[in-house]
Amino acid sequence: MLEMRGITKRYPGVLANDGIDLQVREGEIHALLGENGAGKSTLMNILYGLAVPDAGEILIDGKSVEIASPHDAIQRGISMVHQHFMLVPVLSVAENILLGEEPMAGPVFVDRAASHRRIRELGDRFGWQIDPDKPVGSLSVGWQQRVEILKALYRNARLLVLDEPTAVLTPQETTEIFGVLRKLRTEGYAIIFISHKLYEVLEVADTITVIRRGKVVGSRNPKETNEEDLAELMVGREVELTVDRGESKPEQPMLSVANLTVRDDRGNEVVHDVSFEVRAGEIFGIAGVAGNGQDELVEAITGLRHASSGTVRLGDRDVTHASPRELHRLGLAFVPGDRHRFGMVLSFPVTDNLVLNDYYHAPYASGLRRNDEAIAAYAKEAIEKYDVRTPSADVPAGTLSGGNQQKVVVAREFEGELKALVLDQPTRGLDVGSIEFIHRQAIARRDTGVATLLVSAELDEVLEMSDRIGVMFRGRLVAVLDGRTADKEDVGLLMATGGREGGVQPQTLEEAS
Amino acid sequence: MSERTGFAGWWDRARAVAMLPLISIVLALVFGAVLLIVSSPLINGWDPLLPFTAYRALAEGAFGSVNGLVNTLVNASPLVLAGLAVGIGFKGGLFNIGAQGQFLAGALCATIVAIALNSASPLVAIPLSILAGMVGGLAWGFIPGALKAFTGAHEVVTTIMLNFVAIQLVSWVISGALRGTGPAVTFARTDPIVAASLPIVVGRSGHLGLLLAALAVPIAWWLLFRSTTGFEIRTVGANPDAARYAGMHPRWITILTMSLCGLLAGLAGATEVLGEVRYMPASYGTTVGFDAIAVALLGRAHPVGILFAGLLFGAMQAGAGLMQSQAEVPVQMVGVLQAVILFFLAAEIIVRRTLRIRTAGTGVSSELQTVSRSYGEQASR
Amino acid sequence: MEAIYGIPIIGLIVQFVVYFVTELPGFSGTIVAAATPIALGSLCGFMNERSGVVNIGIEGMMLTAAFVAWWAASIAAQLLPNIDFGLLGITLPLLIGLLAAIAAAMLVSAVHAWLSISVRADQIISGTIINIFAVGITGYLNLLISQQSPPSAGRFEEWRLPDFISDLPVIGWLFDALLGVGPIGLTMLISVVVLQVLLFRSRWGLRTRAVGEHPKAAETVGIDVIRLRYRNVILGGAFAGLAGAYLTIEFGSAFQGEMTAGRGFIALAALIFGRWTPIGAFGAALLFTASTGLERSIRFAAPEGALGEFLTGIPLQFYSALPYLITIIVLAGVVGRSIAPAAVGRPYERESKAA
Repeated sequence: MLEMRGITKRYPGVLANDGIDLQVREGEIHALLGENGAGKSTLMNILYGLAVPDAGEILIDGKSVEIASPHDAIQRGISMVHQHFMLVPVLSVAENILLGEEPMAGPVFVDRAASHRRIRELGDRFGWQIDPDKPVGSLSVGWQQRVEILKALYRNARLLVLDEPTAVLTPQETTEIFGVLRKLRTEGYAIIFISHKLYEVLEVADTITVIRRGKVVGSRNPKETNEEDLAELMVGREVELTVDRGESKPEQPMLSVANLTVRDDRGNEVVHDVSFEVRAGEIFGIAGVAGNGQDELVEAITGLRHASSGTVRLGDRDVTHASPRELHRLGLAFVPGDRHRFGMVLSFPVTDNLVLNDYYHAPYASGLRRNDEAIAAYAKEAIEKYDVRTPSADVPAGTLSGGNQQKVVVAREFEGELKALVLDQPTRGLDVGSIEFIHRQAIARRDTGVATLLVSAELDEVLEMSDRIGVMFRGRLVAVLDGRTADKEDVGLLMATGGREGGVQPQTLEEAS
Repeated sequence: MSERTGFAGWWDRARAVAMLPLISIVLALVFGAVLLIVSSPLINGWDPLLPFTAYRALAEGAFGSVNGLVNTLVNASPLVLAGLAVGIGFKGGLFNIGAQGQFLAGALCATIVAIALNSASPLVAIPLSILAGMVGGLAWGFIPGALKAFTGAHEVVTTIMLNFVAIQLVSWVISGALRGTGPAVTFARTDPIVAASLPIVVGRSGHLGLLLAALAVPIAWWLLFRSTTGFEIRTVGANPDAARYAGMHPRWITILTMSLCGLLAGLAGATEVLGEVRYMPASYGTTVGFDAIAVALLGRAHPVGILFAGLLFGAMQAGAGLMQSQAEVPVQMVGVLQAVILFFLAAEIIVRRTLRIRTAGTGVSSELQTVSRSYGEQASR
Repeated sequence: MEAIYGIPIIGLIVQFVVYFVTELPGFSGTIVAAATPIALGSLCGFMNERSGVVNIGIEGMMLTAAFVAWWAASIAAQLLPNIDFGLLGITLPLLIGLLAAIAAAMLVSAVHAWLSISVRADQIISGTIINIFAVGITGYLNLLISQQSPPSAGRFEEWRLPDFISDLPVIGWLFDALLGVGPIGLTMLISVVVLQVLLFRSRWGLRTRAVGEHPKAAETVGIDVIRLRYRNVILGGAFAGLAGAYLTIEFGSAFQGEMTAGRGFIALAALIFGRWTPIGAFGAALLFTASTGLERSIRFAAPEGALGEFLTGIPLQFYSALPYLITIIVLAGVVGRSIAPAAVGRPYERESKAA
């Protein structure tokens, strides 16, 4: 019923979709598999009228259509369950479902009786006891998702797009949602199911299309494939080693994390009982699909988030509850993953960004007075040493290219007496030259005896850089592997499945070191 | 992008920053001219040349004589001080609508001390009264700062509310405990301030407060751009997350910033009541705190810009009297001009597009993005 | 009773309640009269903020409308026949004044909408501009016009309730206070009820709440966020228009510079205290003005005994400051936090338009 042809979408610096073709039939669950950032969401935003493609066309029932807004999409029977629910928390279940398509009693008022009846009827189809008057904000995430699905069905959708629907669900809720999807399939709905979880896709889909770096790299029938095959398609086979990381000479443990448990902003436990040690002079890489608790782990280690239990030690000091400034003073440097949010102040000149966390002490300040000469001298030196391409040290950092912005952050963090270094997605979205430069600097720092923790969703980067590799899955560290012998496919499978099948034996810390 | 260095580079930057305010002023004068022409039948019959007469009188009143010039400075100095109180808030990511209340709190505290020390030596009375004014303003700024930092109550609403509380507080103290008994007192006001009244340093009315305002500009500049505290204020204002990452304490900085704002507005109130009015009425009619918002916006929240903007508005207020007596144009015309200047500043994007200006996009409105956009999130923390 | 009076604090409270209830009918009329422009101003703010736009320019919109109502009515009185409709003092000039005030406030609102929604300027700045402009332009024109001493067009009259209602025991005074008001006051009462019902029962209300809370969710179900915001903000201006007109052609019959005297800001406070609902805002407005009413009552007829000493001991200004203090307390969440619509203050950017 749906066909997308040659969809191409370019964002500044990224080719998000590169000539994607996709066909979906009625009564089919079509899985769209790919890593985060592979271009799945962009494709679906185009289908739903939230983004305009640069090239390509969309056909529904064989007719070319233009979808310029969600309204158009809804009119054509396409509904989307977004990863971040599009629900208004303070409105009731009924109000959320009706919004935009209200049954009316007269010209002004919403027909509450009719709406309640219809919502109950819809719920009954799946055996859901739903209270239409409950505010959506008071529902659990699983129930909110059901409201989203009811919202789509209420709008007489024929094609349902679910963007990572299981990301926020418990295993039981996931099983239940799969039941709902199967029921919808038998009723003739077409379903696009976006995921990066292999076993889920294998369990529920009729057809699997794999996308990597904005391109369709293959289509599979779940009956004729397995997790290894899909993992390889999803992450790619080729590992391009561009940096010779040499031999590491690990010494005593420097950064030790023990039984760390962390909650996210909504209070969900997203890091469970994680323990590992990073030794002086080694790079410990953490691989994992984005959103498996890495962000919260890093924030807890670097003092930006409060750990609910467990300890973090730097050398022989307990720094579990240390502030970012204390940690910095003790020799823990941190290149944050979201450099625009945490790493720098875009409206400030490069100089100020280079001393963002050292501005308050000598030689950059004496008492209340900033010592601008010292800052400028240091900036000149750092810009040269870290090859920051900027017209001058005084231009706003926001005017620099992404690679040069990140070099500013790296210059700031890598300098000085360091014990440990936390690199969170240090090369995300950068050009090849900058990536290589930053990798070389990190290895040089390692070789001066710094314990380096590298967290990245780019598997290639972790494989290329790490002396040891830990894999995170659903908030747990499920395996620790030796970086010299780790196989990309094995790690990919661990990332995608958490080693559920037992295909790879997770090594213990002792074995891997 | 070619970057010139030295004086040429400085000139390029100054031009880029001042371009839009200047265009806004010109457009506002054009708007004012149209309004004057249209309303001229109500004044002295149809007169298409009224704008020229009016603007000439305005300029003459402000700059045409020594007294005019001094008047301009006298009017400008509280605007500059209160303008800094709003501008530093902008830099710290805070929209201080409470300069008015902080001004009143400062004036009140200065008056209380000044009346108490009315028979003391000026050498004691003046510094203590001014200090009291600064402390009063500081307290009135501290409250919304602390509320913002610890409860998330948005400073726009709390400062508006505190403005009105300040009015009532002044009325209570002045019409009650401090109500004057001397022969000069014909309505609810204090006795004249004697010992603590600021000495005249220039012309007929140029009091010491002018120097304080003039001094405040470089100090504020130094504080914002040359001190570590200013760096913290600006970082919290520009990116609170990065500030936290860099080891700063956004909550304390927020409180500090609001207190500092209050201190400056309080100083404005103190100098005004000690130097210009020389007594405190129970209902103190002033719009300095609100004009200060316009001054800070026109000055792009930069101390030097605020100085110029304050001088401009001060000149307009000083010249308004002559405009009214010579051209019979009501003084309120000045308020209209101020609002229209702001309008064109706010509609920056439209003005740029229409006039095809390409200058550095460092508008105040872009600095304000973190300010009123968080209005609805006040309770989410 | 004697026993209760014996306990100092409880006794005082009981005495206070008795005093308040006995005095209330006496000043209830002034309370409602004072609350009317505030409640109308709140309705303006309600229309704005519920759809996600901050409005601190209510004061300026009211002032503009107050001036225009008076001026237009005055001109109409000079040029047009003074047709009296024989109801609540409605005459042709006054009606024209009222309509002109509404139109003027809607025009100012349209500017606010344009700056806030299309230009995506800072909404607080936009409100500030409106306030400064209104003081300037009304002061300017008022001075010019009053030199020609134009005739006043008079004012609307209050509805005189039938005696059998006013004379009802116990609650008669209540009807008298609430309904014994002029056409604008009645419009306010009706609007409060109608908007309250519409907000929670109508399609418009549902969509408005959605747009004020989560505009993106609203857009994904096909609601035109921009258009709804424009419509609500401009319509909201009508209430600021009524509020202004109330001051110059219903409550009074003349204009003075800056005569709104902060009512627009109290309206904002009432809106917050009333948790962004029309009934709540109206209640808050009544509470706020009751505080001033109480002040007046204490000044003219202080209760006797300990309570009298206590109440006259409180500075009168405290009663005037009370609304603002309460608002700060409510906003800070010390007692029963008041939560703004989530998207207030943030301009909406359509994703599909950004290529």
